[in-house]
Amino acid sequence: MIPLSAYVALSFILFMTGLLGVLIRRNFIIVLMSVEIMLNAANINLVAFSHYLSSMAGQLAALFVIAIAAGEAAVGLAIIIVVFRGKIATNVDQINLLKW
Amino acid sequence: MIYLLFGYFATVSILSGVFTIALKNPVHCGLSLLSLLLHVAGLFVLLNAEFLFAVQIIVYAGAILVLYLFVLMLLNLKTEEQYLHKKYPFFLFAGVAILGELLILVFQTPYGGAVGTATPEVVLQTRPSHAVGITMFSDYLLLFEIVGVFLLGAIIGAIVLAKTPTAPTAGADG
Repeated sequence: MIPLSAYVALSFILFMTGLLGVLIRRNFIIVLMSVEIMLNAANINLVAFSHYLSSMAGQLAALFVIAIAAGEAAVGLAIIIVVFRGKIATNVDQINLLKW
Repeated sequence: MIYLLFGYFATVSILSGVFTIALKNPVHCGLSLLSLLLHVAGLFVLLNAEFLFAVQIIVYAGAILVLYLFVLMLLNLKTEEQYLHKKYPFFLFAGVAILGELLILVFQTPYGGAVGTATPEVVLQTRPSHAVGITMFSDYLLLFEIVGVFLLGAIIGAIVLAKTPTAPTAGADG
């Protein structure tokens, strides 16, 4: 039996990978992909606890996380297309219209 | 055997995650994200979540990732020389330090909690996907409906955002 802490540690490593991707990459689409990595890390955590605590709730939560990820991908990619078409920016750190 | 499988899925998913954020070409990043998603799906099988395994492959690898690759091809991004943030060593150091501390905490934590009724035997008796469906349409029905409305809103938002802008004509307010 694999200990629960192994799954939680794996989920933390993946989450930190995604967070670093959001912080250090300049390409829009890679930043969105890093968000997907973070959501996957959260899913691993939810399903692991669902398995070890014999409850269905974690799996359902992971299912809803996947649905939210689909919506997030659609809206995020639409925003990227708008930003590209308007030639507003080519990198994430050039979008600073809302910065003060 | 199960240790071997867990080690394989965990190692490859971590490596794919690192490649996703480290490779230069965005298409290569997308492909390593695909590998990450498939190996996370393998972890779901190890955790007795067969329905999520199928959903992960169909929705994540089949739909979301194709959407990403589609936009990637559509926009034809050219890779710049400086593809990382200017201050990335600082972020890298901070991230690895926080991760180390978190891992120390993870292995010290005693895990426990209220154990539910859906043990693997019970789930196997009612079939895994059947059990997920029963729970979803009884305890989580409201949440299910809210997610449906959310997806509708996301579709409408994406269409409105990505619509080709037309020159405003007289009498039309769109």
